[in-house]
Amino acid sequence: MDTLLEPLQFEFFRHGLLAALMVGGLCGLIGVYIVLKGMSYIGHGLSHAAFGGAVVGFTFKLNFYVGAAVVGLIAALLINQITRGGKIKSDAAIGIVTTACFALGVAIISRLRHFTQSFEAALFGNILGVDNSDLLVIGSVTGATVVVMFLTYRAMLFTTFDLDAAKVFGIKTGRMQLVFACILTMAIIASMNIVGVTMIAATLVVPAVTARLLTNSFSRMLILSTCLGATIGVAGMYLSYYFNAASGATIVLFGACVFIIVSAINYIKERFILREQTHRHGHLVHTHRAGPGHTRDSHAHEHDHEHHASEDASERGGTT
Amino acid sequence: MPASAIEIRNITTGYNTSVVLDKLSLDIGVGQFAGIVGPTGSGKTTLLKTMLGAQPVYGGEIRLFGQPIQRLPAGSIGYVPQLESVDWSFPVTVEQVILMGLYATDRRLLPWASKQEKAKVHDLALRLGIHDCLHHHIIDISGGQQQRAFLGRALISNPKLLILDEPTAGVDIKTQHDVLHLLGALNREGITIVLTTHDLNAVASHLPWVICFNQGLIAQGRPREIFTERNLSDTYGGDIVIIRHGEHLLIANNTPLKL
Repeated sequence: MDTLLEPLQFEFFRHGLLAALMVGGLCGLIGVYIVLKGMSYIGHGLSHAAFGGAVVGFTFKLNFYVGAAVVGLIAALLINQITRGGKIKSDAAIGIVTTACFALGVAIISRLRHFTQSFEAALFGNILGVDNSDLLVIGSVTGATVVVMFLTYRAMLFTTFDLDAAKVFGIKTGRMQLVFACILTMAIIASMNIVGVTMIAATLVVPAVTARLLTNSFSRMLILSTCLGATIGVAGMYLSYYFNAASGATIVLFGACVFIIVSAINYIKERFILREQTHRHGHLVHTHRAGPGHTRDSHAHEHDHEHHASEDASERGGTT
Repeated sequence: MPASAIEIRNITTGYNTSVVLDKLSLDIGVGQFAGIVGPTGSGKTTLLKTMLGAQPVYGGEIRLFGQPIQRLPAGSIGYVPQLESVDWSFPVTVEQVILMGLYATDRRLLPWASKQEKAKVHDLALRLGIHDCLHHHIIDISGGQQQRAFLGRALISNPKLLILDEPTAGVDIKTQHDVLHLLGALNREGITIVLTTHDLNAVASHLPWVICFNQGLIAQGRPREIFTERNLSDTYGGDIVIIRHGEHLLIANNTPLKL
């Protein structure tokens, strides 16, 4: 118990812990949509774009968050627009747009000799330097994101799963994409000073892919990923305190360890189930769990007799 | 009530700068069960997308049940995509897939399904013969059940028009027969059905109306009248043989294999 309570006597740690909890949960929640859309690097790209925006904002004597938000949002909308035609895929669009925004920031820093602002916190994260205003921003973005995701859950799920069909069924997919782009940009900007531009992709992706390994249900994946993100954030903070290591990096490393452990358990479990089935049927048949990389073709080969009984029963039930 | 479920008048459409369909006109009657056949790249999917309002139109007009597509109430059109285009690793169960068909029509803001929605899904699943696998992940069921799950999503909002993109692709002959038989039963209940397929024999034996299509309309009518060597040759460009045996047609490619 003392291990948990001892660091809490320091205000910087209490602030950092609260920030890690909120940022972890927020990124875990949004990460589910990012991973399932196949845009895992959007976080990495948008944080770079927002960094460029923050530098541009500084030259116009604007608040850090204002410059980052404006450029980040423009970048997110541009990526959306470029990929809409179908000719250019999201990874290429992310590469072009966000790197250009980042390059703009770097060019401004190199051009203005009197540039004094330190952007180290934004680049590498400074969770221990979090103050009340940062907490307010993170808290507001987290609260707003939870409310919006709750109210748009159905439309967002359909749009993420099958964009074309969702449009045909009458879902306002364009509006949903716009809402998601805004939420994502806000979340990245709120998290940037905490985990840093260079680490943010991991905080978005790791909880979501770990949750995906644990469940086949979308709603459960959302809850699991949010809880995992928050837990990894809090545990990472304690580890960084006791190992005296950089907080952002420790959170990311701990997340990666959790992913490796869950992957290993999953692999052993699948091998065990496979062995059980081989033992029961006398030959290799199927590895049935759906997961990333599981294709329909492989499924067609693996399929059969486990479901034949239910299929046959349903056919006999008469469907015509 | 309008006589046409789908009225296409001088539609020109395509992708970016290339025109795929040029000044196409086509009528499909209310209550029709029509199959669109044609070679790969003939514009069948573009035609379906145009009917669904998902394709930018450069000129002409399309009306569904006498109204512009935009004015149709949500849920009027049911759509079943090609199973090949589905992301099978996405974490959704059969029940969640069917429920998606209600998302545009129900204005419910809560994420979870109401008791009425669940009951509706259960009743439909029972009818489609997939009630046993409602809580299974979509990849954990057979090809026929997968097709029925997506058919369920299209039917849950009681559409007047059902459009299916290659519902017989990638499934075995028994499942193919079952799916077409099920569609026939739905059609008899009054739903207008339009589908695309590459399987001419399935069309000949199950569908009352066929549209031969290749960048434009070649012919349309009853399969026995339309499936002639001439029409199929115009559609596919190859040498096609039709064997007639009583009421049945058997269509085969007559081009010998060069080994």
